[in-house]
Amino acid sequence: MAPLAIRLARRLALTLFVLWGAATLAFAGMRLVPGDPARIIAGGVQANATPEVLDAIRDQYGLREPVGVQYVLFLGRLLRADLGGSYQLGRPVSSVIGEQLGSTLSLATGAAVLGFCLAVALALLTAGRPRARAISRVLEFCSISTPNFWIGILLLAAFSFRLRWFPVLGDEGAAALVLPCAALALPIAGVLAQVTREGLERALDQPFALTARSRGATENRIRARHALRHAALPVLTLSGWVLGELLAGTVVVETVFARQGLGHVVVAAVRGRDFPVVTGVVVLSALTFSLINIGLDLLYGLVDPRVREAAA
Amino acid sequence: MTEAPLLEVAGLSVDFATRRGVVRAVRDVDLSLRAGECLAVVGESGSGKSVTARALLGLAGTGARVRARTLSFEGRDLRRLSGREWRRLRGRRIGYVLQDALTSLDPLRRVGHEVAEALEVHGLADRDDLDDQVIGLLAEAGVPDPDVRFLQYPHELSGGLRQRALIASAIAARPSLLVADEPTTALDVTVQAQVLDLLRARVRAGTAVLLISHDLAVVARLADQVSVIYAGLVVERGPADALLRAPAHPYTADLLAAVPAVDGPARELPLVRTGPPAAGGCPYAPRCALADDRCRAEPPPPVPYGPGREVRCFHADRERPVPASGAAAAPPRVKDHAVVSVRGVTKRYRSPGGSWRTAVDDVSFDLRAGEALGLVGESGSGKSTTARIVLAEIAPDAGTVLLDGEAWSVPRERDRRARRSRIQLVDQDPLSSFDPRFTVERVVGEAVPGRMSRRLRRDRVAGLLAEVGLDDALLDRRPAQLSGGQRQRVALARALAPRPEVIVCDEPVSALDVTVQAQILALLARLRREAGVALLFISHDLGVVRQVCDRVAVMKDGALVETGDVADVFRAPRAAYTAELLAAVPRIDVGWTTERAAPAMNLEGLP
Amino acid sequence: MTAPASYGPAALPRLRVGAAQAGVALAAAFFALVCLAALAPGLFAHGPDQVNPALALRDPMPGHPLGTDQLGRDVLARLVFGARPSLLVGVGSTLLAGLAGSAWGLLAALGGRLVGEAAMRLADVLLSFPAILMALLVVAVLGPGTRNAVLAITVALAPGFARVVRAQALVVRGSAYVRAAVNLGLTPGRILLRHIAPNVVAPLLILATINVGTALIAGASLCFLGLGPQPPAPEWGAMLAQARDYLDASWTLALFPGAAITLTVMSATVVGRALQARYEGREAG
Repeated sequence: MAPLAIRLARRLALTLFVLWGAATLAFAGMRLVPGDPARIIAGGVQANATPEVLDAIRDQYGLREPVGVQYVLFLGRLLRADLGGSYQLGRPVSSVIGEQLGSTLSLATGAAVLGFCLAVALALLTAGRPRARAISRVLEFCSISTPNFWIGILLLAAFSFRLRWFPVLGDEGAAALVLPCAALALPIAGVLAQVTREGLERALDQPFALTARSRGATENRIRARHALRHAALPVLTLSGWVLGELLAGTVVVETVFARQGLGHVVVAAVRGRDFPVVTGVVVLSALTFSLINIGLDLLYGLVDPRVREAAA
Repeated sequence: MTEAPLLEVAGLSVDFATRRGVVRAVRDVDLSLRAGECLAVVGESGSGKSVTARALLGLAGTGARVRARTLSFEGRDLRRLSGREWRRLRGRRIGYVLQDALTSLDPLRRVGHEVAEALEVHGLADRDDLDDQVIGLLAEAGVPDPDVRFLQYPHELSGGLRQRALIASAIAARPSLLVADEPTTALDVTVQAQVLDLLRARVRAGTAVLLISHDLAVVARLADQVSVIYAGLVVERGPADALLRAPAHPYTADLLAAVPAVDGPARELPLVRTGPPAAGGCPYAPRCALADDRCRAEPPPPVPYGPGREVRCFHADRERPVPASGAAAAPPRVKDHAVVSVRGVTKRYRSPGGSWRTAVDDVSFDLRAGEALGLVGESGSGKSTTARIVLAEIAPDAGTVLLDGEAWSVPRERDRRARRSRIQLVDQDPLSSFDPRFTVERVVGEAVPGRMSRRLRRDRVAGLLAEVGLDDALLDRRPAQLSGGQRQRVALARALAPRPEVIVCDEPVSALDVTVQAQILALLARLRREAGVALLFISHDLGVVRQVCDRVAVMKDGALVETGDVADVFRAPRAAYTAELLAAVPRIDVGWTTERAAPAMNLEGLP
Repeated sequence: MTAPASYGPAALPRLRVGAAQAGVALAAAFFALVCLAALAPGLFAHGPDQVNPALALRDPMPGHPLGTDQLGRDVLARLVFGARPSLLVGVGSTLLAGLAGSAWGLLAALGGRLVGEAAMRLADVLLSFPAILMALLVVAVLGPGTRNAVLAITVALAPGFARVVRAQALVVRGSAYVRAAVNLGLTPGRILLRHIAPNVVAPLLILATINVGTALIAGASLCFLGLGPQPPAPEWGAMLAQARDYLDASWTLALFPGAAITLTVMSATVVGRALQARYEGREAG
């Protein structure tokens, strides 16, 4: 069997294990919460629900069964992609998530594209140029040290409130995406620019770059045809973490810009101890993350042929 | 051969501006090379030879200031070339070959792309025929199955094939000058011979080759003219055979004397002095046996010395005293009983594809007390693995190792621990075997057995350092601040501290300059005599083994091919492989004019 | 998950030695100041909770050098008193995560095959989704508040530390100098104490210092979402959340807490980087 197939199979097995672990963690979390879930569903601890109503709720949500049985039922539902019903909203979790997914995805994708493009452009321009590099590193340091929500707030203040170039609230159209994407992308672009530039400079210093120069190649050709590919390797390695930060960042940035999206759903669910929603988001993000990492792994193998033979 | 030189260099100097001031890497170099000729620039590390080579391509580096009275190539003055003019020259008129094709070829690009790059850059690539052009170039360089190889990546080729591919990429645009910087280092000796033959063929076909090397034997095999460089100065130059047979400059003579010879009896290796070059006067004066006040005061100018030769020395004509060697060598006391017995040891490894590779195949030998046994072989022969098994670092899959008659390769470390002090290791890279946080005192002090006060231990360490020729001022230094030779001495001091019966030396001098190497080997010989310690000496360098060892065992593909007295085996090898190895070793007194074609070596078909 | 150490709030431009040293000294001084404010806020200001509606949302003026917030409280006082919860969540969680992560990573590297595998798989699971979500999960279980925020960030960061410590421990264990120690006949315990632990712990301490910045930002994010110390307790992230609601009236309200966070992150990182350079320089001689 081809080593690539073996590697893929192993990664998928690991992904399943990870998903199981994430789901179990979420379930364990649910059980640890003090208080009666039936009351929460009925509208919070203060709600005056009659015992009959509480019993009915318990029956509906299967809260009577022993823990072990609940766990198995829970896993079974997950396998059928049934994330259960939200305690707070009374709707299936999958529909809650489904509605908000698009907005979050567009924000995350936009920020990812912006961040990567900025980073690569900056790295290409400043690699091997000491003064430009020094300035760039200061800027990158600043952007990495700044919380993305503060960037968002400042951008809001400057461009929405003062200059009125962009809408303050809402998600209509591309104009509403600009500031949130910028806030999300800047810190990430900082890290990526550093990594890309270091990768480029390291590659430009290697013996094979000297060989390429000795053939009469221009610096631009060496950068484009040789160094970029080498620089891509540490970037790919880091991309998993970067995309994680991106997904996490959407939570905060959506709050800043009052956008619809998974972020605010999750925060509301956490505040209200709405576990099916929290579980749903946890499992979904674990799945996404794992799939992204597998994809990055394959991409890495595409760029670096030395890795392909080893069955991971 | 044309009359006018293809490359004419006079008064070349290269300075680098560093934080610590101006570094003069190349001070005053003269070179002259004609078409169809090979000029070798010989020097040790730090001599400036690589910087010279790169300066000829305009690639001395950022921050380098290159000046010369004359720097002309094919009649063009190279001193005032613009960037674009340089790029037109590189690859097209001047080619460049670096050592170690694994890092000199882009590991992320296919071999074919690398070979084609010079053609693409200079517009010589024919769209439709590019693949054929590349395949043809690879075939010219002696790469078998070029139509398959050109689609592969560098790491999929063996070392020799990679180097050939690198050479193919350098000659792709048919340059008239090829600059080769250590093109055969890191190659096995048999493969090295083939690559040298390939270069030789290019020279005969009319390409001029500028060979940079530290290896005098390689130079002897390839070069017509030789320039010896020391501290950025050419101290001697002339025709290869005359210069190597009768060197004029003391440095050349010392270099030649320090090279361990494969043929001939074991010489007592000379006590060569090492040290940094002098800033004023003759740079070699601190190391030179003939130096006097005049040498220290003024730098000698280049003077003629026979037909086509030049030397920078005031005392070139003087009869040189035979380099002082140690006290008359008493033959080492070899006892009869075996301190290490290896019986039928086998070790297999699983390779990524799933198949099993036999690294060590049923190897048996004895190491007698006080004897020096050499384990030679090329890469993949299993000699290093065998050494690790003898050290009980790796457990063999079959067979046993006995230390002083007791079982040594037992599975439990607990049973071995008490006896560990009897067998020690000196490695090729001593720095990585030192705890990065330790000073020299702690590194060696850790090996001194027994409990004692800190002061007493420090005295013991100082004593050990003195035994290996190091000053106790180094006690508080960190190994990273020491030179390669000093580090190896510290490693030896540490190995000697527990008074072992055996020291396993795994390529202990491969990474050292030849003069430093000679010192370390002399030190090893002396220590062996004085301490009576047995040596298991692993090396790929047959000359070193000849000089140091009493007996030798030759390994190939994990199996022992031949064992015996080193003089006997090297003079009259019984196994065909041993004969091949010996024939492939480049020797100094054999020039290319007496082409000694190694048996069964041809350009095609062998990796 | 912590960013790999050499990335993230990381490499600084190489300045001339004098300028660089001055910068590090400045950063260290600032960070010390912040720590002092966290320990003894009363030294610098008082009355963070003094409500004064008549003076709501004023710009900087005498008596209130940084202005007032929407309830008329002095911003400077709130910043100073907010240092403690912010640092607790940032630095405290890094320390805890470092300790827990080290123990975890060492166990994974040295504890034998079964234990090692199990420990690593657990870390993989925890690292399989972004740190903030991990922290949110913990807060969902435990509820909001400073202590729980510290725990949440610790749980989020610990697996990353564990992975790094494990990798480093494996490298050290397989290194030539550990093999040399084995060759000398040292017992495993002595090798662990003398060679392995120091070579693993020292780089870890420096890694932790550099990652204080990451923890600070993660903590501030949690608090911004209202999951940290509850109002009216001052905390920089929470102050930013409130400022966002009053952005059209006073944008300087949002300026100071954010600047406080950013400057603290920067100073911690600069100090951490300087320590790292010093440590590596010492090794390289």
